[in-house]
Amino acid sequence: MSAILRAERITKQFDGLTAVSDVTFDIPAKSIVSLIGPNGAGKTTFFNMLTGLVRPTSGRITFGGRDITRTRPDVITARGVARTFQNIRLFGAMTAIENVMIGRHARTRAGIFGAVIRPPWVRAEERKTRERARELLAYVGVKAADFDRLATQLPYGDQRRVEIARALATEPSLLLLDEPTAGMNPQESAALALFMRRLRDDLNLTILLIEHDMKVVMDVSERVTVLDYGRKIAEGTPAAVRADPAVIEAYLGTEG
Amino acid sequence: MRWLRALRAPDKMAGFAIGRAAGGYGGSAPRKMLSRALAGVLIVAGICVPFLFGDASGFMNATIISIAYAVMALGLNIVVGSAGLLDLGYVAFYALGAYSLGWFGSEFFAKAQVHVLVSPVASVLPGVHLNFLLVLVAAAAICAAAGVVIGLPTLRLRGDYIAIVTLAFGEIIGVAAVNGQSIKLGGGMTLTAGNLGISAVDSPYFPGIGSFGLLDLRPWYWLIFGILLVVLFVNLRLRDARLGRAWVALREDEVAAVSMGVPLVKTKLLAYAIGAAIGGMSGAFFGTYYTEVNAGQFQFGFSIFILSMVIIGGLGSIWGAVVGGMLLGYINNYLIPDVLNGLPGKFGLSFQLTQVEFGIFGFLLVITMVLRPQGLLPERRHRLELTAAIPAEDAQLGTEPEGMA
Repeated sequence: MSAILRAERITKQFDGLTAVSDVTFDIPAKSIVSLIGPNGAGKTTFFNMLTGLVRPTSGRITFGGRDITRTRPDVITARGVARTFQNIRLFGAMTAIENVMIGRHARTRAGIFGAVIRPPWVRAEERKTRERARELLAYVGVKAADFDRLATQLPYGDQRRVEIARALATEPSLLLLDEPTAGMNPQESAALALFMRRLRDDLNLTILLIEHDMKVVMDVSERVTVLDYGRKIAEGTPAAVRADPAVIEAYLGTEG
Repeated sequence: MRWLRALRAPDKMAGFAIGRAAGGYGGSAPRKMLSRALAGVLIVAGICVPFLFGDASGFMNATIISIAYAVMALGLNIVVGSAGLLDLGYVAFYALGAYSLGWFGSEFFAKAQVHVLVSPVASVLPGVHLNFLLVLVAAAAICAAAGVVIGLPTLRLRGDYIAIVTLAFGEIIGVAAVNGQSIKLGGGMTLTAGNLGISAVDSPYFPGIGSFGLLDLRPWYWLIFGILLVVLFVNLRLRDARLGRAWVALREDEVAAVSMGVPLVKTKLLAYAIGAAIGGMSGAFFGTYYTEVNAGQFQFGFSIFILSMVIIGGLGSIWGAVVGGMLLGYINNYLIPDVLNGLPGKFGLSFQLTQVEFGIFGFLLVITMVLRPQGLLPERRHRLELTAAIPAEDAQLGTEPEGMA
C-alpha cells in the first residue's frame, strides 16, 4: 500500500524541551493507524505538526506526495487533512449546523461581493452547504431537533459527533482523531470503533487516531505506533506492539 | 446509542435533511415576508422623518449626526463584534474618511485642477473637486487600505494586545493630522491643514437636485439615511454568508477555525478593511456636514465613543449597533446640549451637562454592563447562549438512558 502521509525524521523542540524527536512515520492509504503513548509523549504535538498548527524544527512531512511541512493549516485542510481536538473545540456561539458549515469553508468560494450581491451561484452554494451539513450531522447521529441548538449546549457525546461532522465537512482523505473516546463509556467507545471502520469504508478515508483506550486501539487499528518521550519506540500490528517489551516498560506493564 | 443506530440504518446517510428551518437563509417563508414588510415600513417611515421636524431644527441636526454615528458603529461592529478584534483606534478611519473629503472636495490642493461632476460653483475653483459619491468611494478605498495596514501587525496578536496596537495607530493618525501642516507634498502643498482645518469644503451636489445648503437639512438627512441603508444591507448580507460565519468562527476559536480551512490572514484583513471602509464613508460625510476637516476632531475619545455604541447596543449585533449609535448620538447631540444642559443650574450647581458628557457616557456604559451585559439588542447567538443554557442540559441528561438501549 502506498503511504498517503509520510513524516520523515521530524523533530520539534520547544525552548530546549524536545517534544517530538526524530520520528519517521507512514500512514498507508485507507488504513486505520493508531498513535499511542503515555501522557506527554508528544502525540498531540505530532498531530499539530501534521495539520500545520506547529512547524517542525526539522524533518519533512508529505501528504499525497506533496510537501506540507511549512504549509498553512487552512491550506493543509483544503488539501484533505481534517482533525478533531482532544478537548473539544467547537465554536461556542454557533449552532451545531453552523459549526459543520464552517467545515465547508475551504470547499466553497463566496467572497464579499458574492455575499452582498448574492447571485444565483452563491444562493445555490449556500443551500448546498446547509444541506451537506444536515446530512453529515444525521450521518454521525445527531438528532435533527438539535441541529439549530448551540453546539456547546449539546450533551458531551453529541459535541464529539458534531466535531467529527465538522471535520468530515472539509471532505478529507485523511482524518485525524485526537482521543475521540475521551469521556465515553465502554459501550459508546465500542460503537465509535465500529463507526470509524464504517467511515473508512463509506468515505474512503484514512484515519489516524490518538487513543488511550487500549481496547479501541487493539480493536480498530491495523497498525500502531508508540511514542514515548517524543521518540518512536515501537511500530507494527496491534498484537506485535502489545507484546513489545519496550512498550510494556513504557506503560509500566499496565497494558502488557 | 446513536452511533449504533446510525450504523443500523446506513441508507439514511444521504437525504436525511429534515431540519426546522427549511430556507437557505434563516427563517421560514412567512417570517421572511414579515421581516420584508417591516423593513419596508421602517424605510418609508425613515424617509418621512424630515417632514415631521422642520428643515433646520436642532433635532434634525442631531438625527443626521446620530445616523452617521450609527454607520460608524456598524463598521466597528464588524471588526470588534463579528470578528472579535478589539480595535481602539477606529478614530483613524473617521480622520482618513474626513480627509478624503478635504483632499478631494475642496480647494486644499490648490495647484491641481480636477473637477468631476461637481456643482457649477465648485467647477471653477482650483483644487480637486470630486462628486460626493466619488469621494465616498475614495474614502472607502483609502480606509480599506489603511485598515489592512493597521491590521497586518495585529495578526499574530490576541485580545488586549490588538487593542494596544490599534490604539497606537489611532494616535499616530491623529498626530499626523495635527502635524500634517509640516509635511510638504511639493508645490507649497501640505498633507493636512492641522488645527487650522481644511475649510470651505464642497457640499454634496447632485445634478437635478443642486448643492446641499445648511439652511435645509433634509437632503443631508436623506443622504446619510441612504448611506445607512446601504451599509445596513451590506452588514446583514455579510452576517448570513460564508464570510460572516468565518469571522464568528475566528472570534470563537482561532485554532479550530484555521484547522477547518478558514484562512486566518485573509479573513481577518477583510474584517479590518470592510470595517474601516464603512467608518471612512461616515467620516467623509462628517467632513462635508461639518463644513471643515480639522485635526482637532480626531481624538482618542472618539474611538471609545463609537466602541461604547457597539457595546451598549450589543457586541456583534447589527441592529444593536444601529440602536447604540442612534441612542448615544441623540444623548450627545440633543439630550445633553439642547434639553438637559441647564439641569445642574436648576439645582444650584455651577456647571453644565456638556462639561461632564464623558462622565455620563461612562455611567451609561457601567449601567448597561450591570443591568444588561449582553447589550440592548443582543446578537442572536448570544441570546441563545443566555437563554437556553441550563434547562436544555438537564433535559438531555434525562433522555440519555433511552439512547443506550
